[in-house]
Amino acid sequence: MSTLSHTMDAGAHDEHHHDTGKVTLFGFWLYLMTDCLLFASVFATYAVLYMNTAGGVSGHDIFELDYVAVETAALLLSSITYGFAMLAAHKKNVSGTLGWLVITFIFGAVFIGMEINEFHHLIAQGNGPDRSAFLSAFFALVGMHGLHVTAGLIWMAIMMLEVIKRGLGNRTLTRLGCLSMFWHFLDVIWICVFTVVYLMGVI
Amino acid sequence: MSDMANQAAHDDGHGSAKSYLIGFVLSIILTAIPFWAVMTHQLSKPATVVLVVVMAVVQIIVHLKYFLHLDFTPHGKENAIAFIFSAVIIGLVVGLSIWIIYSANALMMYM
Repeated sequence: MSTLSHTMDAGAHDEHHHDTGKVTLFGFWLYLMTDCLLFASVFATYAVLYMNTAGGVSGHDIFELDYVAVETAALLLSSITYGFAMLAAHKKNVSGTLGWLVITFIFGAVFIGMEINEFHHLIAQGNGPDRSAFLSAFFALVGMHGLHVTAGLIWMAIMMLEVIKRGLGNRTLTRLGCLSMFWHFLDVIWICVFTVVYLMGVI
Repeated sequence: MSDMANQAAHDDGHGSAKSYLIGFVLSIILTAIPFWAVMTHQLSKPATVVLVVVMAVVQIIVHLKYFLHLDFTPHGKENAIAFIFSAVIIGLVVGLSIWIIYSANALMMYM
Protein backbone atom coordinates (compact mmCIF):
# COMPACT_ATOMS: atom_id res chain seq x y z
CA MET A 1 0.00 0.00 0.00
CA SER A 2 2.78 2.43 0.86
CA THR A 3 4.49 1.53 -2.41
CA LEU A 4 1.31 2.49 -4.19
CA SER A 5 0.99 5.91 -2.59
CA HIS A 6 4.71 6.41 -2.99
CA THR A 7 4.59 5.90 -6.73
CA MET A 8 1.40 7.96 -6.92
CA ASP A 9 3.36 10.81 -5.36
CA ALA A 10 6.07 10.33 -7.89
CA GLY A 11 3.63 11.07 -10.67
CA ALA A 12 3.16 14.57 -9.25
CA HIS A 13 6.86 15.39 -9.50
CA ASP A 14 7.81 14.18 -12.91
CA GLU A 15 11.36 15.46 -12.85
CA HIS A 16 12.21 13.27 -9.85
CA HIS A 17 10.34 10.37 -11.23
CA HIS A 18 13.17 8.15 -12.37
CA ASP A 19 14.90 8.45 -9.01
CA THR A 20 11.73 7.65 -7.07
CA GLY A 21 11.23 4.53 -9.19
CA LYS A 22 14.75 3.49 -8.29
CA VAL A 23 14.08 4.08 -4.60
CA THR A 24 10.92 1.99 -4.82
CA LEU A 25 12.86 -0.83 -6.46
CA PHE A 26 15.55 -0.62 -3.78
CA GLY A 27 12.91 -0.61 -1.03
CA PHE A 28 11.31 -3.67 -2.55
CA TRP A 29 14.71 -5.36 -2.72
CA LEU A 30 15.15 -4.70 1.01
CA TYR A 31 11.75 -6.30 1.63
CA LEU A 32 12.91 -9.34 -0.36
CA MET A 33 16.01 -9.57 1.82
CA THR A 34 13.83 -9.71 4.94
CA ASP A 35 11.71 -12.35 3.21
CA CYS A 36 14.94 -14.21 2.58
CA LEU A 37 15.61 -14.22 6.34
CA LEU A 38 12.13 -15.62 6.92
CA PHE A 39 12.84 -18.44 4.47
CA ALA A 40 16.25 -18.99 6.07
CA SER A 41 14.71 -19.58 9.48
CA VAL A 42 12.21 -22.05 8.00
CA PHE A 43 15.08 -23.80 6.21
CA ALA A 44 16.92 -24.00 9.53
CA THR A 45 13.79 -25.48 11.11
CA TYR A 46 13.57 -28.06 8.34
CA ALA A 47 17.25 -28.95 8.67
CA VAL A 48 16.79 -29.48 12.40
CA LEU A 49 13.58 -31.52 12.12
CA TYR A 50 13.91 -33.56 8.95
CA MET A 51 15.18 -36.69 10.68
CA ASN A 52 12.29 -36.77 13.17
CA THR A 53 9.90 -38.92 11.18
CA ALA A 54 8.12 -40.41 14.23
CA GLY A 55 8.21 -43.86 12.65
CA GLY A 56 6.51 -42.53 9.51
CA VAL A 57 7.80 -41.90 6.02
CA SER A 58 11.06 -40.09 5.31
CA GLY A 59 11.93 -37.98 2.28
CA HIS A 60 13.39 -41.04 0.65
CA ASP A 61 9.97 -42.73 0.60
CA ILE A 62 7.79 -39.90 -0.65
CA PHE A 63 9.85 -37.67 -2.98
CA GLU A 64 9.55 -38.34 -6.70
CA LEU A 65 12.44 -36.61 -8.37
CA ASP A 66 11.11 -36.78 -11.95
CA TYR A 67 7.99 -34.97 -10.77
CA VAL A 68 10.10 -32.34 -8.99
CA ALA A 69 12.26 -31.98 -12.11
CA VAL A 70 9.17 -31.05 -14.17
CA GLU A 71 8.07 -28.53 -11.49
CA THR A 72 11.56 -27.05 -11.54
CA ALA A 73 11.52 -26.82 -15.33
CA ALA A 74 8.18 -24.95 -15.21
CA LEU A 75 9.56 -22.45 -12.74
CA LEU A 76 12.84 -21.94 -14.63
CA LEU A 77 10.93 -21.41 -17.89
CA SER A 78 8.67 -18.89 -16.16
CA SER A 79 11.77 -17.00 -15.05
CA ILE A 80 13.10 -16.48 -18.54
CA THR A 81 9.66 -15.67 -19.98
CA TYR A 82 9.24 -12.99 -17.29
CA GLY A 83 12.63 -11.66 -18.36
CA PHE A 84 11.33 -11.39 -21.92
CA ALA A 85 8.20 -9.62 -20.62
CA MET A 86 10.46 -7.04 -18.93
CA LEU A 87 12.50 -6.55 -22.10
CA ALA A 88 9.29 -6.02 -24.10
CA ALA A 89 8.01 -3.63 -21.41
CA HIS A 90 11.15 -1.49 -21.59
CA LYS A 91 10.65 -1.32 -25.36
CA LYS A 92 7.07 -0.10 -24.66
CA ASN A 93 5.72 -3.12 -26.54
CA VAL A 94 2.32 -3.65 -24.88
CA SER A 95 1.21 -6.77 -26.75
CA GLY A 96 4.64 -8.38 -26.34
CA THR A 97 4.64 -7.67 -22.61
CA LEU A 98 1.13 -9.10 -22.20
CA GLY A 99 1.96 -12.18 -24.27
CA TRP A 100 5.05 -13.00 -22.20
CA LEU A 101 3.19 -12.29 -18.95
CA VAL A 102 0.45 -14.72 -19.97
CA ILE A 103 3.05 -17.42 -20.77
CA THR A 104 4.81 -16.73 -17.45
CA PHE A 105 1.48 -16.96 -15.65
CA ILE A 106 0.75 -20.34 -17.27
CA PHE A 107 4.13 -21.78 -16.24
CA GLY A 108 3.63 -20.44 -12.71
CA ALA A 109 0.14 -21.94 -12.59
CA VAL A 110 1.50 -25.31 -13.79
CA PHE A 111 4.04 -25.21 -10.96
CA ILE A 112 1.41 -24.42 -8.33
CA GLY A 113 -1.01 -26.98 -9.75
CA MET A 114 1.66 -29.68 -9.53
CA GLU A 115 2.54 -28.67 -5.99
CA ILE A 116 -1.08 -28.77 -4.84
CA ASN A 117 -1.42 -32.18 -6.47
CA GLU A 118 1.69 -33.40 -4.61
CA PHE A 119 0.35 -32.08 -1.28
CA HIS A 120 -3.05 -33.62 -1.97
CA HIS A 121 -1.48 -37.03 -2.64
CA LEU A 122 0.60 -36.88 0.53
CA ILE A 123 -2.34 -35.90 2.71
CA ALA A 124 -4.60 -38.52 1.07
CA GLN A 125 -2.02 -41.18 1.93
CA GLY A 126 -2.01 -40.12 5.56
CA ASN A 127 1.27 -38.23 5.26
CA GLY A 128 -0.12 -34.81 6.08
CA PRO A 129 1.64 -32.12 8.13
CA ASP A 130 0.24 -33.64 11.34
CA ARG A 131 2.02 -36.99 10.81
CA SER A 132 5.52 -36.09 12.00
CA ALA A 133 7.88 -33.20 12.67
CA PHE A 134 9.56 -33.92 9.35
CA LEU A 135 6.28 -33.56 7.45
CA SER A 136 5.28 -30.42 9.41
CA ALA A 137 8.57 -28.80 8.46
CA PHE A 138 8.26 -30.03 4.87
CA PHE A 139 4.74 -28.62 4.42
CA ALA A 140 5.71 -25.35 6.13
CA LEU A 141 8.76 -24.78 3.94
CA VAL A 142 7.44 -25.93 0.57
CA GLY A 143 3.99 -24.50 1.33
CA MET A 144 5.45 -21.10 2.20
CA HIS A 145 7.25 -21.01 -1.14
CA GLY A 146 4.02 -22.10 -2.84
CA LEU A 147 2.06 -19.31 -1.14
CA HIS A 148 4.63 -16.80 -2.33
CA VAL A 149 4.29 -18.09 -5.90
CA THR A 150 0.50 -17.88 -5.59
CA ALA A 151 0.78 -14.27 -4.39
CA GLY A 152 3.08 -13.62 -7.36
CA LEU A 153 0.47 -15.05 -9.74
CA ILE A 154 -2.28 -12.83 -8.30
CA TRP A 155 0.03 -9.83 -8.57
CA MET A 156 0.87 -10.82 -12.15
CA ALA A 157 -2.82 -11.00 -13.09
CA ILE A 158 -3.31 -7.50 -11.64
CA MET A 159 -0.29 -6.21 -13.56
CA MET A 160 -1.73 -7.60 -16.80
CA LEU A 161 -4.93 -5.64 -16.19
CA GLU A 162 -2.88 -2.53 -15.40
CA VAL A 163 -0.86 -2.89 -18.61
CA ILE A 164 -4.08 -3.30 -20.60
CA LYS A 165 -5.72 -0.27 -18.95
CA ARG A 166 -2.82 2.14 -18.60
CA GLY A 167 -0.15 0.97 -21.00
CA LEU A 168 3.52 1.03 -20.02
CA GLY A 169 4.15 4.26 -18.16
CA ASN A 170 6.98 4.73 -15.68
CA ARG A 171 4.84 3.76 -12.70
CA THR A 172 3.74 0.54 -14.36
CA LEU A 173 7.35 -0.22 -15.30
CA THR A 174 8.44 0.26 -11.69
CA ARG A 175 5.74 -2.15 -10.51
CA LEU A 176 6.66 -4.67 -13.19
CA GLY A 177 10.26 -4.28 -12.03
CA CYS A 178 9.28 -5.11 -8.43
CA LEU A 179 7.34 -8.17 -9.57
CA SER A 180 10.34 -9.18 -11.68
CA MET A 181 12.58 -9.16 -8.61
CA PHE A 182 9.94 -11.04 -6.61
CA TRP A 183 9.56 -13.70 -9.29
CA HIS A 184 13.29 -14.27 -9.83
CA PHE A 185 13.81 -14.25 -6.06
CA LEU A 186 11.27 -17.09 -5.70
CA ASP A 187 13.26 -19.01 -8.27
CA VAL A 188 16.38 -18.63 -6.14
CA ILE A 189 14.43 -19.90 -3.12
CA TRP A 190 13.21 -22.86 -5.19
CA ILE A 191 16.84 -23.77 -6.01
CA CYS A 192 17.44 -24.04 -2.26
CA VAL A 193 14.21 -26.03 -1.81
CA PHE A 194 14.91 -28.65 -4.44
CA THR A 195 18.51 -28.95 -3.30
CA VAL A 196 17.97 -29.11 0.44
CA VAL A 197 14.59 -30.85 0.59
CA TYR A 198 14.24 -33.05 -2.48
CA LEU A 199 17.77 -33.89 -3.66
CA MET A 200 19.35 -34.14 -0.20
CA GLY A 201 16.27 -36.05 0.97
CA VAL A 202 16.75 -38.76 -1.62
CA ILE A 203 20.56 -39.09 -1.60
CA MET B 1 33.46 -12.09 -18.53
CA SER B 2 32.92 -9.87 -21.54
CA ASP B 3 29.25 -10.10 -20.71
CA MET B 4 29.96 -8.36 -17.42
CA ALA B 5 31.36 -5.41 -19.34
CA ASN B 6 28.25 -5.46 -21.53
CA GLN B 7 26.03 -5.36 -18.54
CA ALA B 8 27.95 -2.47 -17.02
CA ALA B 9 27.64 -0.58 -20.27
CA HIS B 10 23.94 -1.35 -20.21
CA ASP B 11 23.37 1.34 -17.65
CA ASP B 12 19.66 0.87 -16.91
CA GLY B 13 20.32 -2.56 -15.44
CA HIS B 14 17.53 -4.65 -16.91
CA GLY B 15 19.66 -6.98 -18.99
CA SER B 16 19.29 -8.08 -22.58
CA ALA B 17 17.73 -11.07 -24.31
CA LYS B 18 21.23 -12.49 -24.66
CA SER B 19 22.01 -12.25 -20.94
CA TYR B 20 18.64 -13.81 -20.05
CA LEU B 21 19.30 -16.67 -22.48
CA ILE B 22 22.81 -17.24 -21.10
CA GLY B 23 21.38 -17.31 -17.58
CA PHE B 24 18.63 -19.69 -18.63
CA VAL B 25 20.94 -22.16 -20.38
CA LEU B 26 23.36 -22.10 -17.44
CA SER B 27 20.56 -22.69 -14.93
CA ILE B 28 19.16 -25.60 -16.97
CA ILE B 29 22.61 -27.21 -17.01
CA LEU B 30 23.16 -26.50 -13.31
CA THR B 31 19.77 -28.04 -12.49
CA ALA B 32 20.18 -31.07 -14.75
CA ILE B 33 23.58 -32.10 -13.33
CA PRO B 34 22.49 -32.54 -9.67
CA PHE B 35 19.19 -34.22 -10.65
CA TRP B 36 21.11 -36.59 -12.92
CA ALA B 37 23.67 -37.34 -10.20
CA VAL B 38 21.03 -38.11 -7.58
CA MET B 39 18.70 -40.07 -9.87
CA THR B 40 21.34 -42.29 -11.52
CA HIS B 41 23.58 -42.88 -8.45
CA GLN B 42 26.71 -42.46 -10.57
CA LEU B 43 28.77 -41.11 -7.69
CA SER B 44 29.36 -42.08 -4.09
CA LYS B 45 27.09 -40.50 -1.48
CA PRO B 46 29.50 -37.86 -0.13
CA ALA B 47 30.57 -36.91 -3.65
CA THR B 48 26.92 -36.49 -4.67
CA VAL B 49 26.23 -34.24 -1.67
CA VAL B 50 29.22 -32.04 -2.48
CA LEU B 51 28.24 -31.88 -6.16
CA VAL B 52 24.62 -30.99 -5.37
CA VAL B 53 25.61 -28.22 -2.95
CA VAL B 54 28.23 -26.75 -5.28
CA MET B 55 25.78 -26.75 -8.21
CA ALA B 56 23.13 -25.01 -6.07
CA VAL B 57 25.56 -22.29 -4.97
CA VAL B 58 26.73 -21.71 -8.55
CA GLN B 59 23.14 -21.63 -9.79
CA ILE B 60 22.16 -19.08 -7.15
CA ILE B 61 25.03 -16.87 -8.29
CA VAL B 62 23.93 -17.31 -11.93
CA HIS B 63 20.38 -16.28 -11.04
CA LEU B 64 21.56 -13.27 -9.04
CA LYS B 65 23.74 -12.12 -11.90
CA TYR B 66 21.63 -12.83 -14.98
CA PHE B 67 18.04 -12.56 -13.68
CA LEU B 68 18.29 -10.20 -10.70
CA HIS B 69 21.14 -8.19 -12.26
CA LEU B 70 23.07 -7.95 -9.03
CA ASP B 71 26.48 -6.39 -9.54
CA PHE B 72 28.96 -3.97 -8.05
CA THR B 73 28.56 -1.18 -10.57
CA PRO B 74 27.60 2.13 -8.92
CA HIS B 75 24.08 1.47 -10.20
CA GLY B 76 23.52 -1.83 -8.42
CA LYS B 77 25.88 -1.50 -5.48
CA GLU B 78 23.28 -0.89 -2.75
CA ASN B 79 21.36 -4.00 -3.75
CA ALA B 80 24.49 -6.12 -3.75
CA ILE B 81 25.58 -4.83 -0.33
CA ALA B 82 22.09 -5.44 1.10
CA PHE B 83 22.26 -8.96 -0.30
CA ILE B 84 25.68 -9.69 1.18
CA PHE B 85 24.52 -8.40 4.56
CA SER B 86 21.48 -10.71 4.39
CA ALA B 87 23.68 -13.61 3.31
CA VAL B 88 25.85 -13.11 6.41
CA ILE B 89 22.78 -13.06 8.67
CA ILE B 90 21.40 -16.15 6.94
CA GLY B 91 24.73 -17.91 7.40
CA LEU B 92 24.56 -17.10 11.11
CA VAL B 93 20.91 -18.07 11.57
CA VAL B 94 21.03 -21.32 9.60
CA GLY B 95 24.60 -22.36 10.35
CA LEU B 96 24.53 -21.71 14.08
CA SER B 97 21.03 -23.16 14.56
CA ILE B 98 22.07 -26.39 12.91
CA TRP B 99 25.33 -26.48 14.84
CA ILE B 100 23.64 -25.91 18.21
CA ILE B 101 20.79 -28.34 17.66
CA TYR B 102 23.00 -31.11 16.29
CA SER B 103 25.39 -30.72 19.22
CA ALA B 104 22.44 -30.83 21.58
CA ASN B 105 21.18 -33.96 19.84
CA ALA B 106 24.58 -35.58 20.19
CA LEU B 107 24.67 -34.78 23.92
CA MET B 108 21.18 -36.17 24.44
CA MET B 109 22.01 -39.57 22.90
CA TYR B 110 21.75 -41.73 25.98
CA MET B 111 20.99 -44.96 24.18
